[in-house]
Amino acid sequence: MSPRVTFPNKLLPYLLLAPQLAITIVFFYWPASQALRQSLLREDPFGLQSTFVGLANFRRVLNDPNYINAVQVTVIFSIATAFLAMALALLLAVMADKIIRGRGIYRTLLIWPYAVAPAIAGMLWLFMFNPAMGTFAYMLRSAGFGWDPLLNGPQAMTLVIAAAAWKQISYNFLFFVAGLQAIPKTLIEAAAIDGAGENKRFWTIVFPLLAPTTFFLLVINTTYAFFDTFGIIHAVTGGGPGKATETLVYKVYNDGFVNLILGDSAAQSVILMIIVIALTAIQFRYVEKKVHYG
Amino acid sequence: MATVELKDVRKTYGGTVEAVKGISLSIPDGAMCVLVGPSGCGKSTLLRMIAGLEAITSGTVSIDGKVVNTLGPAERDIAMVFQNYALYPHMKVYDNMAYGLRNRGTPKDEIDRRVRGAAATLGLTEFLERKPRELSGGQRQRVAMGRAIVRNPKAFLFDEPLSNLDAKLRGQMRVEIKNLQRSLGVTSVYVTHDQVEAMTLADTLVVMNQGVAEQIDTPMAIYARPATIFVAGFIGSPAMNLLAAEGGDNGKGLKLASGGFLKPRDIVLPESGRSVLLGVRPEHLTLVGDRKNADIELKVTAVETLGADTLAHGHSVSGDARSGELIARLPGNVGVDVDDLLPLAINAGSAHIFDAGTGRRV
Repeated sequence: MSPRVTFPNKLLPYLLLAPQLAITIVFFYWPASQALRQSLLREDPFGLQSTFVGLANFRRVLNDPNYINAVQVTVIFSIATAFLAMALALLLAVMADKIIRGRGIYRTLLIWPYAVAPAIAGMLWLFMFNPAMGTFAYMLRSAGFGWDPLLNGPQAMTLVIAAAAWKQISYNFLFFVAGLQAIPKTLIEAAAIDGAGENKRFWTIVFPLLAPTTFFLLVINTTYAFFDTFGIIHAVTGGGPGKATETLVYKVYNDGFVNLILGDSAAQSVILMIIVIALTAIQFRYVEKKVHYG
Repeated sequence: MATVELKDVRKTYGGTVEAVKGISLSIPDGAMCVLVGPSGCGKSTLLRMIAGLEAITSGTVSIDGKVVNTLGPAERDIAMVFQNYALYPHMKVYDNMAYGLRNRGTPKDEIDRRVRGAAATLGLTEFLERKPRELSGGQRQRVAMGRAIVRNPKAFLFDEPLSNLDAKLRGQMRVEIKNLQRSLGVTSVYVTHDQVEAMTLADTLVVMNQGVAEQIDTPMAIYARPATIFVAGFIGSPAMNLLAAEGGDNGKGLKLASGGFLKPRDIVLPESGRSVLLGVRPEHLTLVGDRKNADIELKVTAVETLGADTLAHGHSVSGDARSGELIARLPGNVGVDVDDLLPLAINAGSAHIFDAGTGRRV
């Protein structure tokens, strides 16, 4: 074993860590602790005083059928978004990997959508599929399909999933392309000589070797679907019609900032925090065991 | 088991760069053909064309009498061992070896029998349940061999399989590969840049340079009668001494560029005035007692004692004039020092004369 590299100065390592720690404390620990405190309090209607109510907020939130609905919506939305975004990105990456001429151009173009802000991405999809003026909505209707995401819950859900997945494809694509490049060409050649066709090669060699990338993206995409899609939902459906696209994050915003029920909203954020921590822990504990790193 | 035949095989990249410039070669059933040459000489490209991993620009490759130009690698029924082994890192040794058989729909018990058979031959039985990353370099090399032999292919292709191993293991694996290839009797093509591997493994040796086969023959024939200056310099270690000279005295002797005159015995000498290169292997120079019997004199500048042999490096001298570098391989018990002047005789029949212009043997 090589000797551990140590800093000569005791203070230096802490100084180097300080900026990152400061950011984490100001933007994560402090708001999180505020949410935690708020979740145990009840605010009066004018925000003049608050009373300690213990876990009452949690009890009410968990018994609220609207909250259970938001959980279901989030599960469907997150799984569909993560799956769609990753599957399409992988397909595109595999295709782009095969191109010999103009590879760089394809990659660059495919990465651009990532630079589009979520709300703008939502607006784009909203315009394209707006029942009154959207081009695609018009095409769908003339094809005999009754398209109306403003009234039809599942259709609204499809629309936000499509928009959310579309935006994330670029990011996933980038990682899959890098992952594919890291697989030695001779492995593919050896498999070809071993009599594996292109499909078989992909599922028995390429896909298992991409597992570290896929796992990383699974964690990132789940978090993305939980939190970062707020802008898209807000722009496209506003959680409607009814509460058909109201995800947990959207409900936190709605209850807290629109309806100003701060205690409930804070309790929901705390639950959300626990869910994400648990999900990530599960992913690392169980899924990662099946992942092969180099 | 099959013959492998190449007819005027060429490879051109992008319409302009010719990597392989027309190679014809016939490998009999069960023989080991070694392609040797410096890096970039086209030997790996040629092997990859036989494997079907590289398109053939023109010419034909046939395996077992059948032209395989348009067949994919899988349909050619060959097995290849790669330089980096190309083991599937996520599969156990057993699955690595079974992969090719499974893809071809071999029955399960047959696969098991063959994999265990190959593992026993290669001493891998206790490693079957391990992943490649848990194995040493030599063991990985064996797994790569095992993956090739379980399939029972028509031909083995080796792409510098030993270059990632340390020197000792390389020597050991070289012998094992040779024995295995002999006992299985599978036609093989082996690419290497190492001339020791080339000499020891080959039934037929192909010395390649810049996309051309400079010479195709048995290793001993190539060693004894190199066809070109390139082959002369490439095969043999230390490399053959090459001294500029010209024919003189009406075909009875050679005038060295340094001014000396010598008359090698038992070889055909060039006509007078023709400029040539005289080639003498270091091991064909013998130390003689007095200067009168010497063909050439060596002024020593460095000495390498190897135990069995002593290598004397220096320049050939004649009076004050010095000419090209010269190495002599002398018995280990000869005491030689720097600045010694060694009188050397060229063994009868072991001098080589090459045309200085064309580089071909005279």
